[in-house]
Amino acid sequence: MRRNLRVIWMVARREFIDQFRDWRIIVPMLLLVTLFPFIADDTTRQAVNFMNRFGGDLILDNLVPFVVLVIGFFPLSFTLVVALESFVGEKERGTIEPLLSSPLEDRHMYFGKLLVGITTPLVFSYASIGIYLFLVSRRAVEFPSGYMLALILLLTFAHAVLMVSSAIVISVQATTIRAANLLASFVVVPVAFLLQGETVLIFWGNEDVLWFAIVGVTLLAGLLVRLGLSHFRREYLLGREIDTINIKWVWRTFRNRFAGNARSISEWYRKELPITLRQLRQPLMIVVGLAFVAGIVSYMWVVMNVPAYFDLTPDRITEIRTFVAGNLTNLDTLGERLPAPILFYHNARTTVAFLLLGLVSFGTLGLTLFLVNMALVGGVLGAASLVGFSPWVVFAVGVLPHGIFELSAVFLATAAMLKTGAQLVTPQADKSLGEMLLVSLADWFRVFVGIALPLLAVAAVIEIYITPILIKLAIS
Amino acid sequence: MLGNVYKWIVKDMIETNDLSKQFNNEFWAVDGVSLRVQPGQILALLGQNGAGKTTTVRMLTALLSPTRGWARVGGYDITKNPQEVRSNVGVLTEQHGLYMRMTGEEYLDFFGEVYDLDPKTRKLRSNYLLEYFGLAEYAHRRSGEYSKGMKQKLALARALMHDPSVLLLDEPTSAMDPESAQLVRNEISRLRSSQRTIIICTHNLAEAEALADRIAIIYRGKVLLNGTLDELKRDVLGPVEYEARFAEEFDAGDLDLPPGVTLAGRSATSLRFRIEAPQIVNPKLVHALTSRNAPLVSFQEVPRKLEHVYLKTMADAQGVPYAA
Repeated sequence: MRRNLRVIWMVARREFIDQFRDWRIIVPMLLLVTLFPFIADDTTRQAVNFMNRFGGDLILDNLVPFVVLVIGFFPLSFTLVVALESFVGEKERGTIEPLLSSPLEDRHMYFGKLLVGITTPLVFSYASIGIYLFLVSRRAVEFPSGYMLALILLLTFAHAVLMVSSAIVISVQATTIRAANLLASFVVVPVAFLLQGETVLIFWGNEDVLWFAIVGVTLLAGLLVRLGLSHFRREYLLGREIDTINIKWVWRTFRNRFAGNARSISEWYRKELPITLRQLRQPLMIVVGLAFVAGIVSYMWVVMNVPAYFDLTPDRITEIRTFVAGNLTNLDTLGERLPAPILFYHNARTTVAFLLLGLVSFGTLGLTLFLVNMALVGGVLGAASLVGFSPWVVFAVGVLPHGIFELSAVFLATAAMLKTGAQLVTPQADKSLGEMLLVSLADWFRVFVGIALPLLAVAAVIEIYITPILIKLAIS
Repeated sequence: MLGNVYKWIVKDMIETNDLSKQFNNEFWAVDGVSLRVQPGQILALLGQNGAGKTTTVRMLTALLSPTRGWARVGGYDITKNPQEVRSNVGVLTEQHGLYMRMTGEEYLDFFGEVYDLDPKTRKLRSNYLLEYFGLAEYAHRRSGEYSKGMKQKLALARALMHDPSVLLLDEPTSAMDPESAQLVRNEISRLRSSQRTIIICTHNLAEAEALADRIAIIYRGKVLLNGTLDELKRDVLGPVEYEARFAEEFDAGDLDLPPGVTLAGRSATSLRFRIEAPQIVNPKLVHALTSRNAPLVSFQEVPRKLEHVYLKTMADAQGVPYAA
């Protein structure tokens, strides 16, 4: 452990020396750190005057924490520059090869560079926050609580790790700084959105809500660190000389994995698909388990909290039941208003959305969206029980008939998505990130095309033409 | 330690067998390379750009894993013991790879630390190497300020910093002035005499000819030729040719040539012979000429350079005629 830390520090120390001798990094950072707090302080003063004139206490109270978050973020934007310089820059200048030829281990180099990428911008970021808070303390503005400040500092740290780890993943893929800079927008844009979301939390949520952002960002950063570490390999760093798109290779890799050794569709169903399904056993268990938990938790939350919100008196319940019974005839024309193909398209699109979100978040966002859907089912059953319907009956007639097909399809596709995300962050000795992604996607498409789509088609027909009849029979 | 013991027990410090590397499942950068290099030997790897020399060196440094075949460097398998391989190898890469904002002294010290040398040894080694390569005066200057040749020398000093038993040098004298290049060649020769095993990738055929004990020519990932310079000359260019020059016109007429000698060419004042075993035949041939009162001025081997071997090998490989 001690030796590992010593070696990591050795790599980091050299990077620090290199960095602090590079005016292109240090001068802009110093300018940002020293000038921006003054600009922000003046902006705060003007905003306070504006708010005092026209009202808006809620915004005013949270203005300083918001500015602290923004001020902390500006120097962090340099994490990208530092990380890209440190990885792709070394590759481009050819300085990485002597280092890779040495007995240093991949993880030592990775963590050494990660440390530098995070530390310098973070120190500048905290310095900038410090200057701003000092300026604020001299004004008649409410100073943020220590707890709030601690949360923002923690969030700033999580941002730094997230951005550096993302930049490292990009660096491993790119062979030139130019390419890496272009790819860096894939970090900047999502993080900008993230910052906007956190701003919303600061202005309209309470302090504790920030923990969600901290946990979410830390989780994602952790997964990115793991992804970077798993693909920071000598072989991969030196195996590519130029960034070219090899469409043929992409298609061949995908097709070979998707089709496997099957020579016909029936053989594919008999031999190839079961292999993929067997590999999904573990993620499927996780998905089903979490879906069950999400449904139960949501059901219980609705049953326990909704009555207080909506004042569900017996008269109100009767009113709702009458409204539901009166609207059952609407189900007769459901097929006209929502044709089965449209429903099928909608469900298929949602399943693809799980995958896309899962791809950018290593499964976490896709799984979150899936769980939100499962929570909706639980919530609807909870609401049904509140107005006097048996949740079991509603489930049996309103969910189960098409749900057998639809939920099976969604469970399997989500499990495949989760496996894709997990594979991306798992070290693979013989595969590049691109190859890994293609193979994982091919596995997902096997499940999607081979099972999910047919099941979703059947589910859509049942949901439009059979479920409404069963609901009417059960409720009326 | 094991590397040193291995050196005494086993003959080959570098041994490869069917070493091959494929990229993207389609392009074989190195295809079936089998080489052996013993302690105190220098192997020159020759070939066009993209022939597979750098990929071979990268595999021998355990930077790339072979797709097929195996290699042992200093007794360590490049796949199973990559760390040990890297510890025992000094590499001079195609690009010098210096950190431009570090001084020469800092740079060597950093790499000494990377190779786990203690501070005292680092200081001694770095002083010695800076002095040897004439960089002591510039030790405290940032390497970004160095000339091309100085950068190359510093990079070579880096490769030697941990006193490795195996050296893999890619174009060691490129960008150097003649004096510096000579200095580097002397150092390489000195390393050979201290039983270091060296592979040089170079386009400088004269340098390869001057330094290498063995030469391997690579073309499209395959080793076309591998042997000593004499072996390559004989295999590629045929038996040695000797030329006899005369002071005046000499009619060889029915000159009785000893067995193993054929007449390869003639002019009014010279004769050229192709000779299978010069050590045995030459005295007899000279005797035959002088006994015919030939006005012999000189009798010497027709110079055949590595360049001829290389160009003919490449021409044959590409199926084009070789114009000597």
